[in-house]
Amino acid sequence: MSGTVRLSRRRFLQVMAGTAGALIVGVRMARGADAPVPLDMLGDTLYGLGPYIRIDADGSVLIGARDPDTGTGVATALPRILADELDADWQHVRVVQLGLGVANGNGEPRWIYGQQAGGTGNSMSRAWRDLRAAGALARWLLVQAAAQQLGIPAERLRTEKGVVISPDGRRLRYGELASAATKITPPQNPPAVKTPDRYTLIGQPAGDVDARGIVTGQTPYSFDQHFGDAVVAVLSHCPWPDGQLAELDQSDALAIKGVLKVVELKPDPKLPPGQTVIAPAVAVIAETTWLALQGRRALKLSWKPGASNSESTAALEQQATSLLDSDSAPTTRVRDDGDTDKAAHKGARRVDATYYQPWLAHATSEPMNCLVRLDKNSATLYVPTQAPQQAWTVVQRLTGLLPDQIDIRVPRIGGGYGRRLDHDYVAEAVLLAQAIDKPLHLFWTRDEDLAHDYYRSGCVHKLNAVIDRKRQIIAWNQRLASASALTGRGVSSDRLWTSEVDVNQLPAGFVPNYRSDWFSLASSTPRGPHRGMPHITNAFAVDSFVDEIAFALKEDPLHTRLRLIGEPRLVPLQGGGAIDTARLANVLQLVADRINWKDWLHTVNGLGIACWYMDGAYVAHAVEVSMRGEQLTIQRAVCAVDVGRVINPMGLEGQVAGATLDALSNALNLAITVKDGQVQQNNWKDYPLASMAQLPNTVEVITVPGEGDPAGASFLAMPSVAPALANAVFRVSAVRVRRLPLMKELLRLL
Amino acid sequence: MAQNHAAPATKGADIPPVAVRAGIELQINGENYRHTGDPQMPLLWYLRDVLRLDGTKYGGEHGEGGADLVLVDGKATSAIGVTMDKLSGKQVTTVEGLVTVKGELHPLQQAFIDEDAIGCGYCTPGWLIASMDLLNRRKDPSDSDIDTLPNLCRCGCQTRVRSAIKRAAASMKQGAKA
Repeated sequence: MSGTVRLSRRRFLQVMAGTAGALIVGVRMARGADAPVPLDMLGDTLYGLGPYIRIDADGSVLIGARDPDTGTGVATALPRILADELDADWQHVRVVQLGLGVANGNGEPRWIYGQQAGGTGNSMSRAWRDLRAAGALARWLLVQAAAQQLGIPAERLRTEKGVVISPDGRRLRYGELASAATKITPPQNPPAVKTPDRYTLIGQPAGDVDARGIVTGQTPYSFDQHFGDAVVAVLSHCPWPDGQLAELDQSDALAIKGVLKVVELKPDPKLPPGQTVIAPAVAVIAETTWLALQGRRALKLSWKPGASNSESTAALEQQATSLLDSDSAPTTRVRDDGDTDKAAHKGARRVDATYYQPWLAHATSEPMNCLVRLDKNSATLYVPTQAPQQAWTVVQRLTGLLPDQIDIRVPRIGGGYGRRLDHDYVAEAVLLAQAIDKPLHLFWTRDEDLAHDYYRSGCVHKLNAVIDRKRQIIAWNQRLASASALTGRGVSSDRLWTSEVDVNQLPAGFVPNYRSDWFSLASSTPRGPHRGMPHITNAFAVDSFVDEIAFALKEDPLHTRLRLIGEPRLVPLQGGGAIDTARLANVLQLVADRINWKDWLHTVNGLGIACWYMDGAYVAHAVEVSMRGEQLTIQRAVCAVDVGRVINPMGLEGQVAGATLDALSNALNLAITVKDGQVQQNNWKDYPLASMAQLPNTVEVITVPGEGDPAGASFLAMPSVAPALANAVFRVSAVRVRRLPLMKELLRLL
Repeated sequence: MAQNHAAPATKGADIPPVAVRAGIELQINGENYRHTGDPQMPLLWYLRDVLRLDGTKYGGEHGEGGADLVLVDGKATSAIGVTMDKLSGKQVTTVEGLVTVKGELHPLQQAFIDEDAIGCGYCTPGWLIASMDLLNRRKDPSDSDIDTLPNLCRCGCQTRVRSAIKRAAASMKQGAKA
């Protein structure tokens, strides 16, 4: 017996019997009018269903994790949502990472698990409803089975930690019931989910499901996967994305025993960035990594620049400032509330400032790599990808295989930050495997990884605010110039700003006359999605500027912020939803109280504060710094977040602390620079992530308990960090840093 | 010139037969290994490509970041920075070798779990090795001792690693007393 329960027109739950008396429940997606795949055709396969539960006769519970885990904790948090609804014993739950769920729908891919993506900050909100429904259905089936066995109405039974308990104290373990549960006819509608007061796992702290494997070196990343006979490829990319090979002498490389082949790769100009080779390249394929590296060293190789060789980050900044200073430069008007021009005449004073932020790399810990095996009718890949469906597209185009002939496996990933939403390295691996006709592991050395990236564009913000006699900000004018991350990616030119600025970002909606303009920079340096964008760059400018306004008004910057936020109310967002000002003020007040803000003027150290809103979640930071000579020490970092319901407090605290430190590391030290069209950084010394000593000893995390649907938190805690730091530095040094990275600029200004 | 094998060797000039064992012998996680390949190969690729001990990670060509740290005779050493010919007779411990023979976690590993000192986890083995080296030298490491760790972490686990090292030091002290 088996069956389905519809959740919506396109999503449904499927129940089936596994071998040896197992009960399986999964979430599935249908496309339009597609009939569900007949269950007897699926067989007892672990990979046939979505984020499934499998309850075996021995009581063990297996839960599939759908979204790739780049260190965001979704492989722990999402299964716990399901396990809670099931009332499973977490001790007996094992989580397996699912590969890409793709079926063949007449030659077109059918994504059987729905959208699979990691590190995009919305896994939690997407999965919340489906997973609870799946857990509730499995529990309902088990209880019905128990009711039949015990001869007691289901309503009188309760469940707890993997056991159904009757009023007279009889206990039936889920494992004993699993087989019988598969014979129960599922209900017409999904059973009701738990009320929050009955949660046992949601809201309780849990360690990472992979923790033991990681600390013992047993959790394999894509980089650690093997096919027995795979060869290894390393490569050298052209320093100019539009350059070409000038000279190649491969004889010394091929003279090394075990070096098999040297292959030239070229980008396909018809394809968007991220779907083809990032720049012309020469790859060395060898029997082992060490031989491939030696082979690469032995290549005699030179490159010719393309038209991009005149580009530099310094020139781009000049381009930005001249656009921002011009009254006639072409612009995209992102938002225009009230009449900022008119308001300018009514003001008592005006505050102006310009902020400069650098280009950034992704710098993932695990470098780009991909293991691929191509056979006549199949492709098997291990890919560290945040978006397995896009990886599939790249593989399908190059191999021409049918949708379900491509098996994409996604092990735990060594950091993503948006880099792995692009799949240039997958295209390279497939092309190389085709060239050598052997299973192949492509791996980018660190120099390639840093010098060939889809970078975050540098940007310049020019802000002015008009303040009336009552010290109210009556007009806010933001002019931003940057190179869009979306250029060439199939986005119409009037939407290119969406990767650079948010239409609802603070203080939009809080100032009666508000204007936001975006100016496009022309750049050939590859760009792509980057963690926390567009909030990170905008929050630095906006939250620094609020401090400058406070200084101009000779006011406590906390007070200026609270005045700007105003009375508790809902400020509507363009596109729906609203900012709850009480929640925003609350996180701000929480960090202020924790850092003893009342001493802000009197302490020897500098205190800085900032807050931000994004996608239903609220965050504030307070930072305390001291300076001795040129030595800046971050004494304290406090962060408060309000994300609605917290699934795993331990995971959330880790994400918040981690994002805070990552944002500090960015703000303190990091910049990618381009000169003569070439990226100048190619190792960790040039791109110095913060060391242990540069970072605070702890991050004090305050989480606001909430009731609303959970919002993602993987980069929530980033935007308010850099402005809080710069504001604190201003307090301690009287130097206003308007250019990042901060340390270099601070030392220049001191 | 062909040797006359039948001729008796001259007494005095006798060379005692020595068993020639080609290659480099070393111990890894308590087991004996002999490397007969390229003596210039960095240890990292021997561990990963030959032994399939994948816990030790690649961070960069020069070992910056510390993802490739292993213990060589108890001292944290970059596995990509040390070639096989330097390792004859040495004892190497990788992250896989931190557990006891019975498979029990070292207090440091347990402390990393308890403090959730794990982001993506890719650089974690390197942090564990560097922390082991520190705890070998300092039973009660101060904050400035911990500041000397060379590791980089892109996920921002530094504060939680700091807590984990302190927790491990405390539990090791307790263990020593018991």
